[in-house]
Amino acid sequence: MKTEGETVAAETAAILEGILKRYRDDDGNIISILQDVQDVFGYIREDAVNWFSKKLDIPASRFFGVVTFYAQFHLRPRGKNIVSVCCGTACHVKGGSKIAEQVKKELHLNSEGETTNDKRFTFEVVRCVGACSIAPVVLVNSKVYGDMTVDSTSKLIKKLKEGAGAKK
Amino acid sequence: MQKNNLKKVIVRVCIGTGGLAAGGKEVIDAFKKEISDRCIDIDLDFTCHYQKVGCRGFCARDVLVDVVDGDKSLTYQCIKPEMAARIVDEHLIGGKPVKEWLIDDTYYAFHAKQKKILLKDCGTIDPEDINAYIDVGGYSGIKKVLSEMNPEDVISEIKASGLRGRGGAGFPTGLKWEICRKTPGDTKYIICNADEGDPGAFMDRSIIEGNPHSVIEGMMIAGYAVGSDHGYVYIRAEYPFAVERLRLAISQAHERGYLGKNIFGSNFGFDIKVKLGAGAFVCGEETALIASIEGQRGMPRAKPPFPVHHGLWGKPTVINNVETLSNIPYIIRNGAQWYASIGTEKSKGTKVFALTGKVKNTGLIEVPMGITLREIIYDIGGGIIGDREFKAVQTGGPSGGCIPAEMLDIPVDYESLAQVGSIVGSGGMVVLDETDCMVNIARFFLEFTQAESCGKCVPCRIGTKRLLEILDRITKGLGREGDIELLQKLSSDIKAASLCGLGQTAPNPVLSTIRYFREEYEAHIRDKKCPAKVCRDLLTYYIIEEFCKGCGACLRACPSGAITGEKKKLHKINPDICIKCGACFEVCKFKAVGRE
Ligand SMILES: Cc1cc2nc3c(=O)[nH]c(=O)nc-3n(C[C@H](O)[C@H](O)[C@H](O)COP(=O)(O)O)c2cc1C
Ligand code: FES
Repeated sequence: MKTEGETVAAETAAILEGILKRYRDDDGNIISILQDVQDVFGYIREDAVNWFSKKLDIPASRFFGVVTFYAQFHLRPRGKNIVSVCCGTACHVKGGSKIAEQVKKELHLNSEGETTNDKRFTFEVVRCVGACSIAPVVLVNSKVYGDMTVDSTSKLIKKLKEGAGAKK
Repeated sequence: MQKNNLKKVIVRVCIGTGGLAAGGKEVIDAFKKEISDRCIDIDLDFTCHYQKVGCRGFCARDVLVDVVDGDKSLTYQCIKPEMAARIVDEHLIGGKPVKEWLIDDTYYAFHAKQKKILLKDCGTIDPEDINAYIDVGGYSGIKKVLSEMNPEDVISEIKASGLRGRGGAGFPTGLKWEICRKTPGDTKYIICNADEGDPGAFMDRSIIEGNPHSVIEGMMIAGYAVGSDHGYVYIRAEYPFAVERLRLAISQAHERGYLGKNIFGSNFGFDIKVKLGAGAFVCGEETALIASIEGQRGMPRAKPPFPVHHGLWGKPTVINNVETLSNIPYIIRNGAQWYASIGTEKSKGTKVFALTGKVKNTGLIEVPMGITLREIIYDIGGGIIGDREFKAVQTGGPSGGCIPAEMLDIPVDYESLAQVGSIVGSGGMVVLDETDCMVNIARFFLEFTQAESCGKCVPCRIGTKRLLEILDRITKGLGREGDIELLQKLSSDIKAASLCGLGQTAPNPVLSTIRYFREEYEAHIRDKKCPAKVCRDLLTYYIIEEFCKGCGACLRACPSGAITGEKKKLHKINPDICIKCGACFEVCKFKAVGRE
């Protein structure tokens, strides 16, 4: 088993040191560490976890226990753009599942959490983003699109693919 | 307009999440541009302010723009950037409002029965400016408390106001503070619960986005009352704007010396840290929330001991909901008597609800406790979209229940809703109409709670899974005789044996739908029919011969190639290939696709 935490590149280590400092200044919450790691890398990198585990003398299993408990954390890289369809109550009764179907169809993906081959888009389902009064809602990264229909969803995805409103 | 009688014109643009999604920022930019273009040209003497304000509640009519001219204020609805030019020309410069874009009677009806305390400031002040809050009396509550009241006075004031927790359980806030105050300990904590996990509720988000300083002030007053100098706000990471606003507000309060040490020259100090939730519904439960702040998996533990005795890092801790805390400054400023004069005998004050679903006017509303459901849905909400028939209103989210039409006249307060098998909860109110299937709704909530069950206790972990399986088979047409009784039995076991509120309330949506809509369950189980025509597996699609024009729209829309037919001739759906997606039903302009 690989235990050496030092096996990260020098520049990565510098970033991790920064996160570690903030953690020490704060009140020692490994969730904050993981949130920072995900902010920087887009997902939870195993080598980063091992690095912290070693530095802090906290078993890596505790980190992974936290990672797998909270929906926010991802163990695999995601696409550059996250297209999330809300399936909270208000969106559900206004036809959110049809919108989700349409997004999947347009992106040629089969299920939640998948990423397109070109790594540009990841499709996710969220449960309420607090924009229930304009349900059903689609989020592209953090931009909210409300009152969606199957048609407007198709158009939105087509536009995103062409590059409007999405990261390349 | 003549130069001399020019007044101050304020353009207020809503930038809550709803407003932003509808293009609030673009509208602000358009106004700025139009005004600066014109003002230079024609050398007008009035000053224009663009104010950003938080949620005004009526999200269905976003973007809302107020033009305040002296003491006259007019509001435009559904404004798009390209409409700014005309408003600037005709109204700001010409003095004649653009009548057809002004809000109409619906807007007034939407507000007539509301009583806005928290939302009033939310929709009028700039949430990114501490001075805006101070101008409307902000931070005078904490000032008053520090200069005139001792902690016991504050507690009795809150007790006298009758305020009860808005996070779901309705526990009296003053009492909670008192217990915590009396618990011995040097270090105590105040936690603001901004996890807002109920899918379909967004009042806490709107309050933080629209009036973050009221929450900060509420926490400070709570801190003074219980003897705590440390606060945490546990907020969902899914609310990036709210997090940003809150952080900004905290830093502004620091700069002013309103947070930190020796506040207003007293020896009281208070500090607030923001902790981001990581996406787990159960972390809204107080003991799970504490575990999460401590950096652990967010699993609840058995109570007692309650957090007021044994909370964060083992210290006495008060956990209050955002809305609860936001009420505090207003109570201190206006007095307990004033607050207690609103509402019913046991439920005082106002409650903010997120009115969503099949009503015409969706949005955020604030109503006095004791208003009837009918008033909310018909007077404020304007009735059901498309004037379809009302079926039920779901309150309290995954822990709540569905209330049927016969009960629309009950007053909205903690006791009355509990009596009919639902709860006030955090304040989600999702209106359902005849096109909603109640078994599907129950299944929807169980899918949610089952996924969010933390897995610590067996009744919840396995019980919700079994409930979901049974509901699943019923909606698929595989329900069996006796399933309803099985659901009821299982539900009562789960309620009785679960460790925390999640499991204890998870069966409520199932029980309340069985209680009021049993015949719908029976139709699914016995006749294999979904009366609301929602459950896919129970539907069949067919072409109604006399309406079909042979236009081919359905044929093109069908993803599975189940439809055949020549142009201008009758089409046909092959039931063996049909995947029941409903695409044909939706595209047909001639209502020639039937389903049952
Ligand atoms: C599963 C579950 C989820 C909860 N979610 C929330 C929530 O999102 N926000 C909240 O304020 N209270 C939530 N609560 C209630 C809290 O445990 C707690 O009662 C509340 O924050 C106390 O504040 P209050 O007295 O001001 O209402 C939840 C409870 C349970 C059992
Ligand atoms: S339910 Fe979709 S935004 Fe709330």
